[in-house]
Amino acid sequence: MNVVATSHSLPPAEPEWVHEGSFHILEQLSKPVHRNLEPVGPHYLAHARRKRHHRTFSEDDRIVAAQQAKNVEDADSGEISEPEDPLLLQRDPKDWKNQDHYAVLGLSKYRWKATDEQIKKAHRRKVLKHHPDKKAAAGGVDDDNFFKCIQKAMEILTDPIKRRQYDSVDESADIDPPSRKSKANIYKLWNPVFDSEARFSKKKPVPRFGDDKSTKVEVEEFYNFWYNFDSWRTFEYLDEDVPDDNENRDQKRHVERKNKAARAKRKTEDTARLRKAVDDALAMDVRLQKFRKEERLQKDAKKIAREAEEKRLADEAKKKAEDEAKRKEEEETALKASKADAKKAKEAAKNAAKKNKRVLRKGAEDANYFHGEGSAPSDVITNVLADVELLITKLDNEELDSLAKRLAGLKVGEEIKAVLVDGVHSIVSKGSSKDGDFKVLK
Amino acid sequence: MSDTEEPQQKTVIGISYGNSNSSIAFTGPDGKAEVFANEEGDRQIPSVLSYVGDEEYHGAQAKSHLVRNPKTTIAYFRDFLGKSFADIDPTNAHASAHPIQHDSGVAFSVEEKAESGLSTLTVSEITTRHLRRLQESAADFMGKPIDGCVITVPTDFSESQRKLLVEASKAGGLEVLQIINEPVAALLAYAAREETSHPADKTILVVDIGGTRTDAAVVASRGGMYTLLATQHDYELGGRQFDDALIDHFSKEFIKKHKTDPRSNERSLAKLRLECENTKKTLSLSTSSQISVESLADGIDFSSSVNRLRFDMLTKKSVDQIVALVESVVKKAELDLMDINEVILAGGSSHTPKIASRINQIFPASTVVQAPSTMPTALNPAELCARGAAIQASLIAEFEAEDIEQSTHPAVTVTPHLAKSLGVVIAAPEGDAGKAEDKVYVFLESETAVPARRTATFVGSKTGGDILIKIVEAKRESVDVTPPKEEKVNGVDDEDEDDDDDDDEEDIKIFKRVTEVERVLAEALLKDVKKGAKIEVMLNVAGDLTLTLTARVVGSQGGVRGTIPGSAL
Ligand SMILES: Nc1ncnc2c1ncn2[C@@H]1O[C@H](COP(=O)(O)OP(=O)(O)OP(=O)(O)O)[C@@H](O)[C@H]1O
Ligand SMILES: [Mg+2]
Repeated sequence: MNVVATSHSLPPAEPEWVHEGSFHILEQLSKPVHRNLEPVGPHYLAHARRKRHHRTFSEDDRIVAAQQAKNVEDADSGEISEPEDPLLLQRDPKDWKNQDHYAVLGLSKYRWKATDEQIKKAHRRKVLKHHPDKKAAAGGVDDDNFFKCIQKAMEILTDPIKRRQYDSVDESADIDPPSRKSKANIYKLWNPVFDSEARFSKKKPVPRFGDDKSTKVEVEEFYNFWYNFDSWRTFEYLDEDVPDDNENRDQKRHVERKNKAARAKRKTEDTARLRKAVDDALAMDVRLQKFRKEERLQKDAKKIAREAEEKRLADEAKKKAEDEAKRKEEEETALKASKADAKKAKEAAKNAAKKNKRVLRKGAEDANYFHGEGSAPSDVITNVLADVELLITKLDNEELDSLAKRLAGLKVGEEIKAVLVDGVHSIVSKGSSKDGDFKVLK
Repeated sequence: MSDTEEPQQKTVIGISYGNSNSSIAFTGPDGKAEVFANEEGDRQIPSVLSYVGDEEYHGAQAKSHLVRNPKTTIAYFRDFLGKSFADIDPTNAHASAHPIQHDSGVAFSVEEKAESGLSTLTVSEITTRHLRRLQESAADFMGKPIDGCVITVPTDFSESQRKLLVEASKAGGLEVLQIINEPVAALLAYAAREETSHPADKTILVVDIGGTRTDAAVVASRGGMYTLLATQHDYELGGRQFDDALIDHFSKEFIKKHKTDPRSNERSLAKLRLECENTKKTLSLSTSSQISVESLADGIDFSSSVNRLRFDMLTKKSVDQIVALVESVVKKAELDLMDINEVILAGGSSHTPKIASRINQIFPASTVVQAPSTMPTALNPAELCARGAAIQASLIAEFEAEDIEQSTHPAVTVTPHLAKSLGVVIAAPEGDAGKAEDKVYVFLESETAVPARRTATFVGSKTGGDILIKIVEAKRESVDVTPPKEEKVNGVDDEDEDDDDDDDEEDIKIFKRVTEVERVLAEALLKDVKKGAKIEVMLNVAGDLTLTLTARVVGSQGGVRGTIPGSAL
């Protein structure tokens, strides 16, 4: 067996390569193409020998196999045939300048779009049909006029320069622009016109007229392109024949000059013609109005949005100010209220304290100044009252209140004295007074 | 008796049968094919028969009668075989006997013998007579009767045309072993030169530029088997267009001097045509050529000369068309010009240097263009078909008719071909993982008929360890490898460089075709390969597209094997 020694090496396996076993299938081979092997040469004969031993050769096999094979021979495409116009067949080949070369070859519907391949095929078709030797053999008149037309058409259409000159003046390929008053769909009206004009463009690709979905940029680009159209269209084909005998030099020069002038004039006219078409298209182009309207709407929308925003901002600021004022007011009222409350409480406390003080003083009086029977001497009264007064000043409101409550309902002098002495003890123990400050209540 | 011990070897020949010329060839005992000359010394024998007086003339003699006896001279008839009258183009037969309509298709009406009245000769009959004359020449040369032949025809010859050709040959007593396609015969003529039993896979373009037509074919050659990928024909392009260019050129010269157009008189035109063809052939070898025609028109002798430069200018349009046809057929095969490994120029007109050089120009330098002016070792393009036919004839000389019939049966010829190239991913070369390098080593090219297998070895790695074999379908891509423009450093480095040259190379881009992975089909792990160990890989694709990989380390037991099951066909 033949082994090819290559100088390549195989890549190392990445450490991450982990699959069951050492052979991992991902996909199958692409579907094969069935083709005919040429039954020629030693290698084929070896192949046939091998294959024949596994196959039978029924007629069916043959048909199936033959159908499977991809045929490489070109089938003549039928798309380049059209009925022949009897008037065309009677054309005088000398009048070739006015001949429709595409129609002669049966390519009327292709014209400038016909490929070289199509032209060749179409020409062949016509030659097979119209060769004068065939007509003569069939006993017909020896008329090769149409054949000459065919050859002329071929000569012109296969020569790139001549074909361009002919295509330049091929009016059958022109599509006339619609009138400005046309009411039909403008895209249907104008696209074919510009598609046809596009053939003359030196620059490719050529922007199309487009449709109602074209963007503003596309439409602008379209008009820019077409207002600056760079055309290869030339008008040599319409030249008047230049006499080519040497005698008539002056005449020759004269005709040449005339031709040159005529070409220039036609070129100018053509440029103007196209410009007018673009003008018309522009005038009829509803998209431009649409874009303008859209733009206006957009501008308006922007304005409304801006005003709305301003209003929103103003409203916001106003609300904020109001909220702030309200909050302040509330705060003030709350403050006032709390101040009044405090005053009231203070008053109440003051009143309570007054009352309690009175209770304490009354208690000492009710206990007859702790003197027992009979009216107490004035110095006793003075001492007791001094003690009670001292106690009152030292007690805070709460202590005062609790002492007053304990005194409530007491009639017995000793009991009253005990309560008062408790009060004295509590202030002495708090350290706000000393034992010695009191003369009686101890 | 000794002749019972060794069976008598059959004497078989190859015939190329063209509208303009035919050739006969045989394969010698050394296996080399050779085209031989007829009695008149011609290797390209004009396919012409002429009836003058009581004689039938053939070949070059008959062709010369085109001047004096065009009405009884039959030429350019091959393509008429099996066609209806409506389907033929009689242009080329205009200056000879005109074809006429006949029940069988096309015929000629000529007076075969003096004063015997017109007889109708069908194209089949003319073919029979032509082949009989070739057979006689061959038998004469070989010194023994001819037992059989292989004949070449264009690829667009229909089945019924082929059948008629076999019948016509048989009618003249010459058995046809096989009819084969011209481009494949041309290829076989070159393939037979290579002394290997394992021819390299190539994609070949065969351009056959004859006298009245030009045929192009893209052929895949895989493992020595051939498959047509695309064909294209131009029936209005051939040597005659080159003759016409010279005819027009000299006619204009003649008109200038003598005020009469030699083209307007049939006889003058016929004379001029013959001489222009000779002048043209001379221009293929030398850079200028003479022409002289006695009594060209109005009894005036004409002589002049033309150089190759002028000739190239006059024929530029035809050469452009040939180049366009070449580009078009490659496109039709869905290939890039860079995918064509070899171009074989066949047919007599391929001697023309300008045709070869223009075709050479459109292909990359790596593409071999086999033509006399581009390749000194090229075979004679006019002889390729006959040689190929002779080689095929010698291969099947001893086959039974039944064997041949079965071997050429569609059940055998129609074969699944790989849609994509198959190969394995290779490691990037040391220190260069560049774009312009092949990523895949291709074992089996696309368009390989299956079953098929190939084996290759790969060099070991420097480090050793596990190796991954990725089986992939590959594609080829063009990579721009134009070297970056060298900056001129004070003009010192480039002193001897010509400025004009620089300008010429301004926008020449150099592209390289490299293989890329298109689809990974499977991966195989080859474990613990010692460093530097060589690896042998075999890919085998069965008829049902089952792929089997076998890989082993050369000189050891280690290996891996795996199978991708075939898809239903
Ligand atoms: N040396 C040469 N240089 C240029 N042209 C040549 C040369 N030799 C032969 N030819 C031309 O080659 C043409 C014949 O080619 P070939 O022998 O391949 O013909 P063919 O296959 O019979 O042609 P077809 O079938 O296309 O008519 C003629 O036009 C002839 O003038
Ligand atoms: Mg040929």
